Amino acid sequence: MEAFLLQLTAGIATGGIYASVALAIVMIYQATHHVNFAQGEMATLSTFIALTMIQAGLPYWMAFAGTLVVSFVMGALVERLIMRPVQHAPILTHVGVYIGMLLIIGNLTGWVFGYTIQMFPSPFEGGRPMLGGLFSAHQLGSVAVTLAVLILVYLFFTKTSLGLAMRAAAYNPRSARLVGIRVDVMLALGWGLAAAIGSVAGMMVAPIVFLDPNMMLGILLYAFAGALLGGIDNPPGAVMGGFLVGILENLAGAYIVGTDLKLTVALVIIIGVLVLKPSGLFGRVVFTRV
Amino acid sequence: MSLSPARFLLVLLGLAAALAPLWVLESFHLFQLTMAVIMALAVLGLNIVTGYNGQISLGHGAFFAIGAYVTSILMAQADWSFYATLPFAAAICGMVGYAVGLPALRLGGLYLALVTFSLAVAVPQLLKHKALEAWTGGVQGLFLMKPDPPRWLTSVLPLNADQYMYLNVLIVSGICFLLAWNLIRGRIGRALMATRDHPTAAEAMGMDIAALKTGAFAVSAMITGIAGALSAVAVEFVAPDSFTFLLSITFFVGMVVGGVASILGSLFGGLFVLFVPNIAESISRAAPGVIYGMILIIFLFVLPEGFAGLVRRILTRLTSRRN
Repeated sequence: MEAFLLQLTAGIATGGIYASVALAIVMIYQATHHVNFAQGEMATLSTFIALTMIQAGLPYWMAFAGTLVVSFVMGALVERLIMRPVQHAPILTHVGVYIGMLLIIGNLTGWVFGYTIQMFPSPFEGGRPMLGGLFSAHQLGSVAVTLAVLILVYLFFTKTSLGLAMRAAAYNPRSARLVGIRVDVMLALGWGLAAAIGSVAGMMVAPIVFLDPNMMLGILLYAFAGALLGGIDNPPGAVMGGFLVGILENLAGAYIVGTDLKLTVALVIIIGVLVLKPSGLFGRVVFTRV
Repeated sequence: MSLSPARFLLVLLGLAAALAPLWVLESFHLFQLTMAVIMALAVLGLNIVTGYNGQISLGHGAFFAIGAYVTSILMAQADWSFYATLPFAAAICGMVGYAVGLPALRLGGLYLALVTFSLAVAVPQLLKHKALEAWTGGVQGLFLMKPDPPRWLTSVLPLNADQYMYLNVLIVSGICFLLAWNLIRGRIGRALMATRDHPTAAEAMGMDIAALKTGAFAVSAMITGIAGALSAVAVEFVAPDSFTFLLSITFFVGMVVGGVASILGSLFGGLFVLFVPNIAESISRAAPGVIYGMILIIFLFVLPEGFAGLVRRILTRLTSRRN
């Protein structure tokens, strides 16, 4: 029983990571109705930037805030410079551009920062294991950070006029433009926010899996799975989905398929959700007029 | 097709250009060219489902891997001859492609790309799995031998195993390219493109969209699987880590750079993905990826119809000036 509880809590902790990447994916989807394949690579790059700041002597939370700002600018720039020109191109072009960014950012990260695996500090270190030894301090801390980000995003989208404008721009760009919303600015904002959320995920996951340029590849898949499971158009749903996928992955890895098929669990979840319930557990069912 | 003298000459020239490397190139470069032709064949497979039928696949490395493993297992564990394994590899890949095509029916563009992408990421893990280890050799992989040229051939043409392999790859790929070209320019090819461009109209015209889409996946997987089978024998080795998601992305890059929905473009794509990384690797380990990504984005921005489109544009300009 205790082993089962340990697996469950470990699942919740990794689920928190997936949840924050899933949240970033859903953010992009909210703003553009696209899924960014390069999200993981962008987050890894942000984490390396954070590490550089910490190694330069900045205190952790200063580096954390600095990374958020840098990532936000990076995301907005990517939208402005790379995505804007192909805004109205076919989906194949978008997928191609995402793949191109994945290759460029991933390999540039390796080129600049090297391929050796590095330790990344956790801000929650030093504390004793909590809740009867089930959670480590970092696990608890990263779950708390994920939830805090979720609440902030939720408040932003529902309580601020900027959030409302962003939702309007994504939902109906033409009408939004007519009432005076600058749709292109909203798109850049959406990309910037998503990159910032992704960087939080990167900084939270790096102490657990260690930092290297390919850190995010598997995580990205689980996050996709989580986002789809929860409903791609529903931020709280995506977070729930992320936690669920973390738990499922850990339990399946421990009791059903063994650790060497964990990635396949993500694949099965993705296909299962898309085939059986494409709107996800908490998503809206969208009807398309033909 | 009427074969005008000019066309006949062109075909002859093409044949000569394809065969000349047998005598001109030394072993290593001939091997590289062999691999380039194999890559072109794999890109052709991807082009049928993604280029002509509009179903974006980022996971064709999986079919490549299955083809390679079917041939390797039959050759290494059951002592089959290389030729006998090819139809099996093609058939199994075709069936798997059909099976993947079924859920793909329910998924639109981006989601299909997502699912096939995750398939590509999961492939090495599946190949390493213990349940299959007795067949696949696990992480160690399997070793094979290139077939030796038969005696009746060597008595006429003195060829070594590398040259003979190139000839085999050339013949198999040539047949596949001809068949694909024939498929695309006919009724089915037009139906595939109609399904891509306007599914509702296509359906209203009485086309069976589901059958076309799953069929396209099957044919596409079959061709890419044959390429995988050829590559296993040409390299004389298969291992799970040769089939990472980067392989699938390589095919995708080859298709975009060569030319989406172009048979000839697949050939350019194969040459590109084999030779450009070799050149870039001399700069840095990370350089091939960065250069790939940049070229991919530049092509999508500036020349979305790929290299084949550029050639076509130049040709039409030349001929229109003459008139």
